[in-house]
Amino acid sequence: MILRGKVWKFGDNIDTDAIIPARYLNTSDPRELARHIMEDADKEFPNKVKLGDMIIAGANFGCGSSREHAPIAIKAAGIQAVVAKSFARIFYRNAFNIGLPIFESEDASEKIREGDEIEINADKGIIKNITKKEEYTAKPIPQFMQELISAGGLIEWTKKKLQSLKQPI
Amino acid sequence: MTITEKILAVHSGRKEVSPGELINAKVDLVLANDITAPIAITEFKKIGAKNVFNKDRVALIPDHFAPQKDIKAAEQCKMLRDFSREYSLGLYFEVGRMGIEHALLPEEGLVVPGDLIIGADSHTCTYGALGAFSTGVGSTDVASAMAAGECWFKVPESMKFIYYGKLSKWVGGKDLILHTIGDIGVDGAIYMAMEFEGETIRTLPMHARLTMCNMAIEAGGKNGIIVPDDITERYVKGRAKRGYKFYTSDKDAKYVEVKEYDCSKIPLTVSCPHLPSNIKPAAELFEVAIDQVVIGSCTNGRIEDLREAAEVIKGKKVNPNVRMIVIPATQKIYLQAIKERLVEIFINADAVVSTPTCGPCLGGHMGVLAKGERAIATTNRNFVGRMGHPESEVYLSNPAVAAASAVKGRIAVPEEVI
Ligand code: SF4
Repeated sequence: MILRGKVWKFGDNIDTDAIIPARYLNTSDPRELARHIMEDADKEFPNKVKLGDMIIAGANFGCGSSREHAPIAIKAAGIQAVVAKSFARIFYRNAFNIGLPIFESEDASEKIREGDEIEINADKGIIKNITKKEEYTAKPIPQFMQELISAGGLIEWTKKKLQSLKQPI
Repeated sequence: MTITEKILAVHSGRKEVSPGELINAKVDLVLANDITAPIAITEFKKIGAKNVFNKDRVALIPDHFAPQKDIKAAEQCKMLRDFSREYSLGLYFEVGRMGIEHALLPEEGLVVPGDLIIGADSHTCTYGALGAFSTGVGSTDVASAMAAGECWFKVPESMKFIYYGKLSKWVGGKDLILHTIGDIGVDGAIYMAMEFEGETIRTLPMHARLTMCNMAIEAGGKNGIIVPDDITERYVKGRAKRGYKFYTSDKDAKYVEVKEYDCSKIPLTVSCPHLPSNIKPAAELFEVAIDQVVIGSCTNGRIEDLREAAEVIKGKKVNPNVRMIVIPATQKIYLQAIKERLVEIFINADAVVSTPTCGPCLGGHMGVLAKGERAIATTNRNFVGRMGHPESEVYLSNPAVAAASAVKGRIAVPEEVI
């Protein structure tokens, strides 16, 4: 999978309340959530972001609550992928479970600037900076997570598993 | 092995596990609330399972925006109710029986030592105080576990936190954990198990242990955990709805890091906007004026917390510039507070006492902040916009400091008002 897009940059410790403020959580409709994406970090962001853009962030992206609304809102806003120095644990698993591609790379997080155009080779974990003509590597995705992705997410994976156990579904 | 590793090993049917391994483990309890369950329910239906893995091990608790604050919230809560009826769930808590999930489940003896618990709520880590492995996951994880009774985990590395020395007057579990987060930072324990021990912990009452484990996530931790002892036994006995088992950490268990704290040196601690790690001694913040005080949440909404706040505010008045909101975390706590006449103390002081709910903790209802307003709260997060307007501010403290601040109209310590 090759992803290409323009970058929006954020700092360290972007929490889930910044990604999608709790005041909007009385719904789980992705389109409605997308309207408030990153609103408390940058009020104009929901208007600026375009289909196919990417987010580059610092350490501990997605810290705070367990709300799956965070990766869902990012995906629904048309953002293709998130690259960060590190991800908060629950955000990390949620992203895989719902199929939002995310990549951990210290190099990319530090060197990529807002507005740069990048291209991510998801299978190889290589991030190319088209604007700067640089290349960075992302941490490999563990075998089990790759299985999840190729099964089409956790729900499909569970479905298959229950079928193979011949449990009544 | 550490206690965390042992519990994970037993639940994945292995003799041993080691940090970094990806395992599939059986879960003893799965929970979700009115924000996270709707997504879990939608995803669960996609799996096509006819039943949940065990009707008495799936807990659905409408607590965040309940009692239903608006039409959308009501519709989300209704999804929980409908689903619980459709699948005859034994652990659905309607308004009137509900409380904040992380206060309610331990109180009812529905989570017990030795358990492996997952919840679609980041503060699920609270139950580590009982010597269980419990961690927050996402809604899709919950959907999958509701069907299969299992969940995937990466075995975490463990960090050990040793507390020794005598606590100063009014200093409690909240101060210890804020101090710890201030020391290691909001990503100081990312992906890790945080094991709390030492002589101070061994005499620390259960409510304070629950407060500490509750905030493990605020340092990025996967779980917080305390090896069970007599205090655990006394708390669990009589309320446990199932058999339980005490696990301990081996003498040669491996920790990536060991931190030690002399508790006699830990002051009344306040965490300033906009990160829980941004701590200062309360005594250095006397110039900070406040508009609102909140005493409640899964961190500090237990009866002991209300007693502490009542002791400080008894016979005094909330400052005319301040509104004070007290929220008992469960119906039982609410009733107990009435019996002990704590509610009377609060109302006589001009505070309001609300029915159990998460409410303002996440800026939901019952005390949302306007632009420029500032609150001191016994909750666990002070991110931008957490309690309302993005330009409002939240300071975090223990209940005694919050109550003293209500009287003074600025951040204060109990000695100033008693
Ligand atoms: S009280 Fe606050 S932190 Fe606790 S579960 Fe409710 S919203 Fe979350």
